[in-house]
Amino acid sequence: MSEPMTMDITLTVNGRRVAATTGAHLSLLRWLREVAGVTDPKYGCGEGVCGACTVLIDGELASACLVLAAQVDGASITTAAGLCEPDGSLGALQRSFHEHHAAQCGFCTPGLLVCAHALLRDARGRLSRQEIREALHGNLCRCTGYQPIVDAIEDAQSRGVQG
Amino acid sequence: MNDEVRTSKLDELRVVHRPLARHDQAEKIAGTTRYAGDLVLPHMLHARLVRAQVPSGRILRRDVSAARELPGVVDVLLGEDIPNNEIRVDVPGQTIEVQPLRASMQVLATDRVRFHGEPIALVVADSEDVLARACSLVEVEIEELPVVSDPAAALAEGAPLVHETGNLLAEWTIDRGDVDAALAEAAVVVEGEYRTQFVDHAYLEPEAGVGWIDDDGVLTLRVATQVVEHYRDVARILGLPEAKVRVIAPYVGGGFGGKEDMTVEPYIALAVWRTRRPVRMQWTRNESLLARPKRHRMTMRYRTAAAADGSLLAQDVEILADAGAYAYLSALVLLYATVHACGPYRVPNVKIRSRAAYTNNPPASAFRGFGGMQVVLGYESQMDALARRLGMDPGEVRKRNALVRGDRLPVGQELITEVQLPQTIDAVRERAGPKPQPSGPRRVVGRAIASNFQSYGRLVWLNDSAAAWVGFQADGSLTVRCGVPDIGGGQAFSLGQIAAEVLGVELERVTVHFGDSALTPLAGTTTATRQLLMSGNAVYEAATALRANLLAAVAAATGDPVESLTLEPGAVSGPTRRVPIEEVLAICRRGNVPVEALGTFFGPKGRPVTRELAGERIFPDFTFGTHLADVEVDLDTGQVRVLRYIAAHDVGRAINPKSVEGQISGGVVQGLGQALLEELVVRDGVNLTPGLFRYLMPTAADVPDIEAVVLESGEGVGPFGARGIGEPPIGPPIAVIPLAVADAIGVQITALPVTPERVLAAIASRRG
Repeated sequence: MSEPMTMDITLTVNGRRVAATTGAHLSLLRWLREVAGVTDPKYGCGEGVCGACTVLIDGELASACLVLAAQVDGASITTAAGLCEPDGSLGALQRSFHEHHAAQCGFCTPGLLVCAHALLRDARGRLSRQEIREALHGNLCRCTGYQPIVDAIEDAQSRGVQG
Repeated sequence: MNDEVRTSKLDELRVVHRPLARHDQAEKIAGTTRYAGDLVLPHMLHARLVRAQVPSGRILRRDVSAARELPGVVDVLLGEDIPNNEIRVDVPGQTIEVQPLRASMQVLATDRVRFHGEPIALVVADSEDVLARACSLVEVEIEELPVVSDPAAALAEGAPLVHETGNLLAEWTIDRGDVDAALAEAAVVVEGEYRTQFVDHAYLEPEAGVGWIDDDGVLTLRVATQVVEHYRDVARILGLPEAKVRVIAPYVGGGFGGKEDMTVEPYIALAVWRTRRPVRMQWTRNESLLARPKRHRMTMRYRTAAAADGSLLAQDVEILADAGAYAYLSALVLLYATVHACGPYRVPNVKIRSRAAYTNNPPASAFRGFGGMQVVLGYESQMDALARRLGMDPGEVRKRNALVRGDRLPVGQELITEVQLPQTIDAVRERAGPKPQPSGPRRVVGRAIASNFQSYGRLVWLNDSAAAWVGFQADGSLTVRCGVPDIGGGQAFSLGQIAAEVLGVELERVTVHFGDSALTPLAGTTTATRQLLMSGNAVYEAATALRANLLAAVAAATGDPVESLTLEPGAVSGPTRRVPIEEVLAICRRGNVPVEALGTFFGPKGRPVTRELAGERIFPDFTFGTHLADVEVDLDTGQVRVLRYIAAHDVGRAINPKSVEGQISGGVVQGLGQALLEELVVRDGVNLTPGLFRYLMPTAADVPDIEAVVLESGEGVGPFGARGIGEPPIGPPIAVIPLAVADAIGVQITALPVTPERVLAAIASRRG
């Protein structure tokens, strides 16, 4: 059997430039985790349903398990870890998640944070709780019942956090 | 009051009972937590299972030669390669005396497969990519055998045998009083049959882990598990001394009972032992849905007799559970269903017969609620049916029959703590106010309540215990060591709160090391709503003993009477002087006083039960609650929308109120999933829902806010009077939703989930 085709891929991940020659078949999720060593996007289903691998690709929301790294060569990727302040402390949206106990097991949390970040960034006018809930429908959480997550986003919004 | 019962006064609490944000949450939110699947080790290999593609058959041939020849494949194992090819499912090290409940299955099947997804071969390779190709090269030839997919059919005469010992896996009975006479004399008798479905835990973290051989030759597994004590099972399979195997549980990405039985552990261990290299195994979501045990589906038949004033006279209950292909914990799940079958009510005459049958369906085992959940649909539907027949208020019928302290359950156990069931009923109703109006002309609104009770702590005859170590560092900071796995409920953090409370330390100066079978004292499983009770009490005892040491040493040094001393942040204070903690610790060292303590908490004891359950204490204690739901039903589409949901539980004392609310809202939404959406569909043993595209779970958009009402009787058998809250909130949703729908459309749906199709059929039956 022949070796899988390889490719030179360069991505900017949370502001850090990562270049590597890797299998061309790697999903962005595997590339981030196995090549770049960025493990906060999680494998939860591999079919774009659970949202645990949600990242921003040049600012656009995407399931990293459904995209090949090769497709987005040169792009800038943001994960939940990229929402932290430069000194590693929690960003404003993350602090709101913390204050509201919006993580239990925490496995869905990085994906939800990225989704919530994009939601607040793109919001025009004040979002209702139901609008927040609708916007989170692509990110499953099995622990919290979603309520503290909605609370955290609503509270962050009322404090003027824009992503 | 019974000396097991603990209490606390709010004005004496400093750290406990505060809604503190957890440090583990901060790390999870920062994205820095390393879960079981996130660890990478140098020269790490990867392992994957080859699984049966048919639900029942005889293995005729297995050929691994082509897979072995593929470059990059390091090893391929079959059952014959395993020193002891048997997984024994019992409670590790603790159920020697209940031999009949011991369950067994092969690690890798050698001659017979009994369910779709059963492991047959283990492939180890140097990359994930090679692994996928190698698994497809393992040739397995199976002669298909008849499939038994229905538990009633499995117990019928002449059914194909799933196991040679017969298809009846377990049976329990309770026989108390004279049910037949009570049924004959009662003012009303209501009957009903209720069905629940197979449900998956569907935590976001699929099963994963990494193993390696550490110093001193210790086989070490860092895996997503609720039970580090599985190191014993791994040792038995490999033929190693238990002391040579170590299991570490990092923060787990959700458990709910699904990581109570072993998942990846034996396979990683075998691969490491054979290759002598680090090995990672990550199950796909497909594997998780196919092959890891599910919640039992059950059929429950109830006949309930009551007097004209609504007092319960008798319950006659039959339960049939589908245990799937292997026993796992089915006998115990069925026992829980039996003990909880009559609900939180006083019933003088009781006849219960429950059975679990083997089928060729996916195995069923532990799942939050553990058999105590399914029966809520049965007993609460009966209570509403009774209220309707008698023209009584559903809340009044429940209150009239509510258990109180000193009552005995049908199984014979006496309740030793206060029961605030009526208060939970009042609480949800007061908060709810009047029933809302429908939002449109072809829509109807319904409201219902459902109460439940759920044990916390393990079966008393399992001789449960938990240990914890608490010690001061030289600077007065505090270290807690406890073998508890933290599966997301704040298990470790709560222990820090308890130690900080007792020892007067600031919480920021406490570190809890947890979940390591080698380096933290064994604390037992994070299951059965037991960790706050067991580990919480162990930490409390260790901290209390340590506090006594310190105060005695200071009393001896200063001459102040020991009763006059208090431990506060940073110092011991007494009438003559305030001694800084560093000096206290120096006094201890000079006086040979230990500044650390090991606490072991032993759970309540009881005799092993026989098949006929009678007159015995079964559990440490119970948590009671009531939920209220308002639903709107669309008469044209059958769609059910939950408008409002209120859930009240008496938790005794909330150690961390935000963690309590999190357990309630999370448990309710998981229960709403079973009530409205979820079903693992199995046809003729073939799993038709092996992906999240097909297995529907609640999203944020599907559920309303869950209004948690936390009542505190101040009394329980946990530390500071806490009761367990992990499992209790998941039960009522599966009853309150069909009951609220019944209030809206006038017909009760008795099979879950309450899908639009079932709602439309129910509406049609009303017209007919």
